[in-house]
Amino acid sequence: MAVKAPILELEDVHTYYGKIHALKGVSCTIPSGDIACLIGANGAGKTTTLLTIFGVQRAHRGKIKFKGRPIHHLRPEQVAAQGISQAPEGRQIFPRMTTLENLEMGAYLRSDKAAVENDMEWVFGLFPVLKDRTQQLGGTLSGGEQQMLAIGRALMSRPELLLLDEPSLGLAPKLVERIFETILEINKKGVTIFLVEQNAHMALTISNTGYVMETGKIVLTDHAASLLKNEKVKKAYLGE
Amino acid sequence: MDNASFFIQQLINAIFLGSIFSLIALGYTMVYGIIELINFAHGELFTAGAFIGIIVLAALQNIGFVETHFVLTLILVFGMAMAYVAVLGVAIEQVAYKPLRKASRLAAILSALGMSIFLSNGMMLSQGVSDRAYPAILGMDGFSILDARITYGQIFIIVLSLVLMVALNMFVNWSRLGKAMRATAQNQTMARMLGIDIDRTIRATFMIGPALGAAAGVMVGMYYGSVRFDMGFIYMIKAFAAAILGGIGSIPGAVLGGMIIGGVEVLWSAFLPSEWKDVTTFVVLILVLYFRPSGILGEHVSESRV
Amino acid sequence: MAKADFKKFIIYSLFLGILILPMVGFPGRSFETARAFTIWGGIVGILAFWLVSKTVRRSDMYQRTAAHLAPFRNTVSRKFSKFPTKYYILALIIAVAAYPLLADNYMIDVGITCLIYIVLGLGLNIVVGLAGLLDLGYIAFYAVGAYSYSLLNLHFGISFWLALPIGMVIGGIFGCIIGYPTLKMRGDYLAIVTMGFGEIIRLVLNNWDKLTKGPNGLLGMAKPAVVYPAFTESGLGWVVYSLKSLHALYYLMFIIAVLTVIGVRRLDNSRIGRAWVAIREDEVAAELSGVPTTWLKLLAYAMGAAFASVVGAFFAAKLSYTNPNFFIFMESCIVLCIVVLGGVGSIPGIILAGIILIAVPEIFRELQNYRMLAFGLAMAAMMVLRPEGLIPASRRKRELHETDQFAPEDLKDGG
Repeated sequence: MAVKAPILELEDVHTYYGKIHALKGVSCTIPSGDIACLIGANGAGKTTTLLTIFGVQRAHRGKIKFKGRPIHHLRPEQVAAQGISQAPEGRQIFPRMTTLENLEMGAYLRSDKAAVENDMEWVFGLFPVLKDRTQQLGGTLSGGEQQMLAIGRALMSRPELLLLDEPSLGLAPKLVERIFETILEINKKGVTIFLVEQNAHMALTISNTGYVMETGKIVLTDHAASLLKNEKVKKAYLGE
Repeated sequence: MDNASFFIQQLINAIFLGSIFSLIALGYTMVYGIIELINFAHGELFTAGAFIGIIVLAALQNIGFVETHFVLTLILVFGMAMAYVAVLGVAIEQVAYKPLRKASRLAAILSALGMSIFLSNGMMLSQGVSDRAYPAILGMDGFSILDARITYGQIFIIVLSLVLMVALNMFVNWSRLGKAMRATAQNQTMARMLGIDIDRTIRATFMIGPALGAAAGVMVGMYYGSVRFDMGFIYMIKAFAAAILGGIGSIPGAVLGGMIIGGVEVLWSAFLPSEWKDVTTFVVLILVLYFRPSGILGEHVSESRV
Repeated sequence: MAKADFKKFIIYSLFLGILILPMVGFPGRSFETARAFTIWGGIVGILAFWLVSKTVRRSDMYQRTAAHLAPFRNTVSRKFSKFPTKYYILALIIAVAAYPLLADNYMIDVGITCLIYIVLGLGLNIVVGLAGLLDLGYIAFYAVGAYSYSLLNLHFGISFWLALPIGMVIGGIFGCIIGYPTLKMRGDYLAIVTMGFGEIIRLVLNNWDKLTKGPNGLLGMAKPAVVYPAFTESGLGWVVYSLKSLHALYYLMFIIAVLTVIGVRRLDNSRIGRAWVAIREDEVAAELSGVPTTWLKLLAYAMGAAFASVVGAFFAAKLSYTNPNFFIFMESCIVLCIVVLGGVGSIPGIILAGIILIAVPEIFRELQNYRMLAFGLAMAAMMVLRPEGLIPASRRKRELHETDQFAPEDLKDGG
């Protein structure tokens, strides 16, 4: 099996919220083209990890490398320019901008108009319901629609790495299935996906690699398929 | 004056005054929308605009420019006043507000207050304590509708305000930077994660908002004929009341609020003793802040930041 | 010289030029070249000085010299901090008490004004510093005190000493009235509302001619008087000694000031004071812990108002005159400046700031015009550079720097 070059590497990353030591030396390597998921209990530090990657939280110690280049000292707007985008926790839709405008904001850094339009058509293809709501204000969309919009917006920058924070949160099972199917479709186009999820089962099912996080550290790394069969994981996160 | 004429006259006055209040209120609302800070120095920016207007006008009069190139004169006066205050606005932001973005609200408010005191005294020292007269270039010509009178000067000011407001609306809704400003105002962190340079959008806000206030300052100076270093205070209060009433952070709200406050002021002057007019403004302001701080068009005001 | 710093210097100078030259250069119709460029040049000079000093401080020679001197500096500062505070306070009290004996009438008057503003600052400190409520209309309570005494004395002949507690109660009531609507408000709005109230009171005093004689003010109040038993021509009787001389008034104000300092210190260390700190830090948490926030906030306003009323009454009695123009918004700003510059919550800081802000412009008359200009700039600069003030209150310094990011030593940047 060919070794895929890592697109994202975290080396002993420590993050603090004031005096609280949230990430206590997180290390992981995500191969390019993978779907990797990070599972763990509430408060384990999963969202903090994604925020630290993006520079929204400062990494006080350790290194983060994207395609081999260090990014841990970059500000969020600079991280975005590297080719990473995120659909963050809580979706963070701009409430008083329309669906269309939210998507346009995703492509803020791009200047290739024709390609942007193509990508927007692709996003509408992935999430047809958004096309019906282009002029509707983001704040008035339903939870599921907002989640789709958040992912669509993140795709508009043509990222190489897409970070997804709890995409299934608060959504009906059918919708969750649809979203995970879409994640697979997006990955087929070559976008590496790093997924943080409460719904461990679904996450591990679609992922190649899985990381289990407990109280600020990654305690288990393995192929997702193996983790699904792992006794400890089954007990703690798969409810078996 | 018969009833119809009276009504028309009050309407004209209300629209005139309301336009000016709206322009100033827009400055408040834009800044508040993006960094959640009441720019106490805004009144001084308004006054500075009026002073620069007078300075440019006086200089142009000296070289006899005004009679020969009237339209160009107006463009230069307004343009330079707005440009100057845009620079001043950014300077204040860089020096007094930007370093305090992560600090407590108290610190930011006190810094803003300090800047306000500094600027008004600076203008007092450089421009003098007494009124400075505006050359009367707008004239008193006009026409009558029934018995109500409207001057060309008033029409000019109303039209110019309208143009500025429409231009702002187009900018904010259709331009890349304008949309970035809206995004930054609605969710700063997410905007950054999309690559938006929020320092730049905040600087832009501090150029546009104050510039609108400056335009209002020139209008007030030109129309009422004089400028004083402390004229900003009462306009600041009224415009602030307008911005809150319409919904702080909302651009249409600022316009709506401005018109309402303008209307209230005109009606009050028509029927009630004028010494108590300013007290009423303050009372209205306090009532609005107490009963409906989110204003008419405003969204829910978060309680988290104190 | 660091290139970035030099670039900054050039850019700042240019921007300052764009901003200053038009304003300063055109007080009339023509450009006053000399005046404009002198002022611009002066400010550029200050910037240049800053640039040079920064370069010097960065240089090797300076660093080495500083390292050499460090042990000396440490021993000296240790010696100073070991000196018990009691002696400082004693020295201060003696100095202030002896002052009138050494100064002329004009300077005694300045001293009285200083003390007045210091007491006002301490009173505002209760609201802003202890309870954390930004009050921009504080001077209104000063006005209430002044007018209460004036009206009580002119219409009912009530003496100063009797009017004092009545004035405090009236002030306290006003404090509650003004405080009540602001209970649920956030910082910015709180500031605006209190400013509004301050202005409303001034405007009412100005317009309600019947009660207050409007802009003419009230005239002819009696000075405070002291009554004591002594031998007169008709035997043992009461002597009324009216405190008319500046010396007497100074000592009266001095006593008021000392009582205020004692009162504020007591409050600071009391249960109420600690409850205020809890509200200031996190109101929601305080309320959940059972702190009666509503009552305590009103109490803060009321107490601050009471102190202001006392000084207000004194002020009216001293001049035998009062006028709405004494109580404009700028006065509230001055008191706020004193509190902020001295250090919110810091008694010694406020005293120092009061002395600097009031006395210095009096001593150096030429600086009078630039007083508020400097205050405003100082307030903004303080917030940016040293928010804890000149003499920080020990609690405050911890609060303000707790949220600082971790020190650079913690970051081992491998990048």
